[in-house]
Amino acid sequence: MGIRRFFGRKSEDRDLAQEMEAHLAHQVDDNLARGMSAEEARRQAYLRLGNPQRLREQVWRQNSLVFLESLWQDLRYAVRRLRVHPAFTTVGVLTLALGVGATTAIFSAVNPILFASLPYPQAGRIMAIWETAKERPRINGTFGMYQGLRDRSRYFETMAVFKPWQPTLTGDYEPERLEGQRVSSSYFKVLGIAPFMGNDFQASDDRPNGPNVALLSESLWQRRFAGDPKIIGKQITLSGQLYLVIGIMPRDFENVLAPKAKLWSLLQYDLSLGPAWGHHLETVGRLKPGVNPAQAVQELNAIGREVLTEQHPQTYPREVRFLVSSLQSDVTSGVKPALLAVFGAVFLVLIIACVNIANLLLGRSVQRQSEFAMRAALGAPGGRLLRQVLTENLVLAMAGGVVGVGFAMLAIRLLVSISPANFPRAGSIGMDRTVLAFGLGITTLAGLAFGLMPALQAAWSEPRKDLGARSREVTGGRSPIRSVLVIGEVAVALVLLIGSGLLLRSLEHLFAVDAGFDAANVLTMQIQTAGRKYEENAAVHRFFNNVLASALGVPGARAAALTSQVPLGGELDEYGARFEANTTQPAQTYSVYRYAVTPGYIATMGIPLKSGREFNQRDIAGAPLVALISESLARGRFSQKDPIGQTLQLGPQGPFTIVGVVGDVKQLSLAMNQADAVYIPMEQWQFADNAMSLMVRTRSNAADLAPAIRSAVWSVDKNQAIVRATTMEQLVTESEAERHFVFLLFEFFALTALVLAAVGIYGVLAGSVSERTREIGIRSALGASKGIVLRMVIRQGLSLTAIGVALGLVAAIFASQLLITLLFGVSRFDVVTYVGVVALLGGVSLIACWLPAWRAAGVDPAIALKAE
Amino acid sequence: MGRNKPPSGPEMLQGTLDMLILQTLITGPAHGHTIAHVIEHSSQDVLQVEQGSLYPALHRLAERGWVSSYWGTSENNRKAKYYKLTAKGRKQLLAETSRWQQLVEAIGRVMARAAGTGDRS
Repeated sequence: MGIRRFFGRKSEDRDLAQEMEAHLAHQVDDNLARGMSAEEARRQAYLRLGNPQRLREQVWRQNSLVFLESLWQDLRYAVRRLRVHPAFTTVGVLTLALGVGATTAIFSAVNPILFASLPYPQAGRIMAIWETAKERPRINGTFGMYQGLRDRSRYFETMAVFKPWQPTLTGDYEPERLEGQRVSSSYFKVLGIAPFMGNDFQASDDRPNGPNVALLSESLWQRRFAGDPKIIGKQITLSGQLYLVIGIMPRDFENVLAPKAKLWSLLQYDLSLGPAWGHHLETVGRLKPGVNPAQAVQELNAIGREVLTEQHPQTYPREVRFLVSSLQSDVTSGVKPALLAVFGAVFLVLIIACVNIANLLLGRSVQRQSEFAMRAALGAPGGRLLRQVLTENLVLAMAGGVVGVGFAMLAIRLLVSISPANFPRAGSIGMDRTVLAFGLGITTLAGLAFGLMPALQAAWSEPRKDLGARSREVTGGRSPIRSVLVIGEVAVALVLLIGSGLLLRSLEHLFAVDAGFDAANVLTMQIQTAGRKYEENAAVHRFFNNVLASALGVPGARAAALTSQVPLGGELDEYGARFEANTTQPAQTYSVYRYAVTPGYIATMGIPLKSGREFNQRDIAGAPLVALISESLARGRFSQKDPIGQTLQLGPQGPFTIVGVVGDVKQLSLAMNQADAVYIPMEQWQFADNAMSLMVRTRSNAADLAPAIRSAVWSVDKNQAIVRATTMEQLVTESEAERHFVFLLFEFFALTALVLAAVGIYGVLAGSVSERTREIGIRSALGASKGIVLRMVIRQGLSLTAIGVALGLVAAIFASQLLITLLFGVSRFDVVTYVGVVALLGGVSLIACWLPAWRAAGVDPAIALKAE
Repeated sequence: MGRNKPPSGPEMLQGTLDMLILQTLITGPAHGHTIAHVIEHSSQDVLQVEQGSLYPALHRLAERGWVSSYWGTSENNRKAKYYKLTAKGRKQLLAETSRWQQLVEAIGRVMARAAGTGDRS
């Protein structure tokens, strides 16, 4: 009401003016009726009415909100002041923009993971379902178990399994290998998303030898089929087979389970291929309303027991347990601690930025004290002064916020480009309404935070003291607030520096870890076979053997081999390795990595052969099955005994005779020790792997040889896709991408904090020196040497630093807790880090002290005493 | 207007003018000039309504929703802004009238006693 009136006051005023005229006219009419002359009637009417202008002003004031009116005044004054001091304004705006920009950018990455729910209807009911064991919390599911759970569970509305799929799209276009998923028909029902055009998968089609049908993502549809709606019902060629396109997924469909997947087809799990007990499917389910995950776990465990007693699958231990957690936490739990740490760090940067601006403002308000004293003396109430200063600071904050949001937009792009490849929900990182609101919100908070302090100081100033004796002060008022702020800044900077120091040391330790193979000068590229001519095992093996021979012929290649999975390459091919009972031990199943390799793999990779022999050219299809096992597996099963000659069952196949033991290799990450592995000859695996990685040890720089090797591969069959070509050194680095990412951010934040803290120290000392010019002049006049003055100022600065460091150390001891999951090989109380950081901070603050100290030492007593 | 200066503006009891205006409007819509005229006339010119008080008061009443306004044509064919009592205003008038009566009685009692003591001395 009030506001509407406020903005409508111009038209109200016009209305009132008309009304006055009407009133006047009626008065004139009355007077005429009483018999006055026209002129007299008019004169009398005017006399009665009084001054219409005053009346209008009165109503105008009634309509006006005094608060808004004076706010407008304050705003104009604030903008004017900021424009008069461009240097101050620029520094303030940029400092805040840096803080707000960084915080907003990080928030944009953190928001979809920590706060927003997944973009599905009733997302809270979607669960990730894993089998779990003591040594491995998350084990992929099997199709056999999935069938049992799906058919018997009463707590789940629907359940789905899926696995990655990388078909090659051919046809009228150049061949392209696409990321996709093979899913059970219920996959999109679990997520609660339907195609926006065409139809979802039918359960009746999800059977062995069922029809080939595919759903496309909106982006693929636009890019490859020009958004043609007629594509539905047409066939496309995927890896040499025809697929009927039945629908297009909505544009805003975000597939958190496989963010890069562009098309989907049915799993059509073929039970005729053998028992369905390989652990290579992921499982999700949608709970019925009101069921909690704990209930679901109980139910699934019970069903699991039933299934095992009925079917006795060999790949399972005696009991199976399940882990059911919301998809949200399942997808994000890995990065959550890291993100929280980064989010905490960026907030510290924001705080430092605010403290710095508060410092600037305080420094300036010293200069403005006489202005405020004068205004207070002229009768400005304290509240009004406070409000005006606050308004000024909020205007500064808003300018900083707007620039900061601009920074954030750039920073978000940068952030996405340096984020690790498997960063969850990377697609939804961006500037949206929530992020914008957050940015403006923290700007306001920041403005209030740094604005309030100088405002209070201004409002509480005593006019008499400030107007009067100011110029005769000798020692200059030291500002305790500013010192406290600088101490706080130093403390926060120290915490950030320690955080990034600990991360740096962790990375050093990690990259010093022995990966179990020699990564130098090894080139790797994954090669996929696709198409009808590679349906037979023998054809696939022939192709890969030819590729290997061709690669070995490339000049510069010292050795080469093929493997089904590459250490640190991101693949996760696990099987149960079962050892039968013998005289001393019961039967036992280990979960192991399966490597199907060609002879020479162990030597090519530089994996140490601990005992026995490597594979050779006689270990081919049809020959006796042989295997190499990793050292850790040998120790686990056979302890001191010689494993050579013993046998094991690997998944559906066996028995393999162990012919050798090789060193442990890091498969998942350098930080993880799980290393049980079984190597088998490529040709002896009953289902030929249609994707193999070629490993080439080169004489010189591995990357240089990539083009030659690539053409060697294509000389065998130019239609086969080469998927990933990189060096092992690169893979090792990338495997620590997440830690590296966090470290980069911390490093940036810590350096920013260091610079801001140094600026803070400099600012306080410089201010103090200029206030104390008289005092210093007197000291010099009384015989203090330059050295004494220098030491005095530096001591003042360093004592602030020392207190800040002491506080910061205490804070760091607690704050480092947040980083604990990211540390590797260093204690969070790592002495080297702490000492190094304190030395760095001390050095930087010494430099920051030096300049003002040098200026103080140069004060000429004669000039200083004459000044003012 | 050489007689006793009639109470007006701030001298008039606060809210009284508002009440008088509402009372005037009970017989039907009227424009500012008529309202002033009716008040002056029915108080036998004891109460003089200054435009400087009348229009801000009307504005205030409109603001509170006690009267509504519209532009119309007056009895002598001039454009004029008419004010009309709203239901809310009617209720307010009732409340004010009874409060006014209480006030008058209370003041009356005080004044009667004052008159009594004055008699005794």
